[in-house]
Amino acid sequence: MSDIIIKADHVSMRFNLASEKVDNMKEYFIRRLKRKVNTDDEFWALQDVSFQVEKGESVALIGLNGCGKSTMLKTIAGVLKPTAGKVTVNGSIAPMIELGAGFDMDLTARENVYLNGAILGYNKEQMRIYYDDIVEFSELTDFMDVPVKNFSSGMLARLAFSIATIGKPDILIVDEVLSVGDFRFQEKCEKRIHGMMKEDTTILFVSHSIAQVKKICKRAIWLEKGHIREDGASEEVGSRFERAYYAGELE
Amino acid sequence: MTKYIENFKKFQPLLYELVARDVKIKYRRSVLGVLWTLLNPLLMMAILSVVFSNLFRFEIENYSLYLLAGQILFNFYNESTSGAMTAILGNASLIKKVYIPKYLFVVSRIASSSINVLSSFCALILVMLFTRTELHFTMFLVVIPLFYIVVFSLGVGLILAALTVKFRDIIHLYGVFMTALMYLTPIIYPIEMLPGWVKTIVRLNPLTGILDIFRDVVIYNTVPSAAQFMVSFVIVCFMLLLGLWVFYRQQDEFILNL
Repeated sequence: MSDIIIKADHVSMRFNLASEKVDNMKEYFIRRLKRKVNTDDEFWALQDVSFQVEKGESVALIGLNGCGKSTMLKTIAGVLKPTAGKVTVNGSIAPMIELGAGFDMDLTARENVYLNGAILGYNKEQMRIYYDDIVEFSELTDFMDVPVKNFSSGMLARLAFSIATIGKPDILIVDEVLSVGDFRFQEKCEKRIHGMMKEDTTILFVSHSIAQVKKICKRAIWLEKGHIREDGASEEVGSRFERAYYAGELE
Repeated sequence: MTKYIENFKKFQPLLYELVARDVKIKYRRSVLGVLWTLLNPLLMMAILSVVFSNLFRFEIENYSLYLLAGQILFNFYNESTSGAMTAILGNASLIKKVYIPKYLFVVSRIASSSINVLSSFCALILVMLFTRTELHFTMFLVVIPLFYIVVFSLGVGLILAALTVKFRDIIHLYGVFMTALMYLTPIIYPIEMLPGWVKTIVRLNPLTGILDIFRDVVIYNTVPSAAQFMVSFVIVCFMLLLGLWVFYRQQDEFILNL
């Protein structure tokens, strides 16, 4: 059981803050004429990050805002291409990077279930099988024909979580998702994640709640300013992270 | 190559859902719904043929058909490319979060416009029946010019979608460009009436060639020459390849500009 499912190999991600602002032609041509090369406006969100995740592992990414957690998840999900290095993923990914990313506000919940299912790569027949399960888990039976623009954020979160966790994805990415919904639903979600872990789904988890991290994940990777600071058992890394935070070590 | 095909197969349900979404949203809360795709060209044609057969007279027999044929193709081109132009921008929230082959959004916009062009074509046939115009067997060849215009629009759409992500100005520019293009395509006037140099420009417009073939097979019961088919075919293929090239070169940078 040492199948490596995610392999990040010296991954670096650079954002060019200056060139990103150019979205009209005037600026573009002015820059062209000036031949301006702003090297001082570069921002490295990740620098030389390497780690491996084995099948069935549950890994948390922790760190302060802007330390590169979300960027790391996005490169794994295939949304961002790293500037240098390589990310190899062997398996299907169910991304929950932000809740309701795939929702069309004008469509009803029912239509959105099928649309989101298609985004995750399921066809209509498969979705029909999962449909009842999604409705039941999200507890939205009476609201399936309501356009989702009329949903509360809690309802949206429930629906999104229910859709993302259908089937048996090889990798489940959970980014700050469990902080929405009431306490009872959070518990239900955690239960489901534990259930998926038993079935060998690999979990990548991002949260600011160290308690939650310790509860759900066995391993934690602590990112600081784009570098890996620590990588180890979530209990220890989490505690050290908390200690460092309260000691005011982290800026 | 097989990797691309496999990837496409995996996301085929998504393409279907995206097209269904476009169509659903367009006609949501309208009483007549999809019937509008049929009604719209008919009403437009009624207005234009009243205007142009009373105000400006062109010596064309079956003028309303001539006009409607031009309208259908041009409207499709306009609608599909304008839709494709904002395909990437409009789906920014998705592209930022989930991996999806990005050309899918462009293809879906073109596909939903293609559904419209098919029902507009039904409107054209209705008019032909109503005006007791003879329907000819050459009509079956209509799939060729329709195929040309869809592929051509896809090529243009890919380029526009990729460039618009970087330069939002294009959205505003393209509207102006479309007005110019409308007058440079023989939709409301016969090409013969133009003075020499304008005629050359209009001939160089790729839409003119496709529209000629379309009118020939639908209205005039003539089979265009092989050369005509070939010229349009080459242009269309070139446009598609150019579109794919531009799109693939740019697509990894989309996310940085969204």
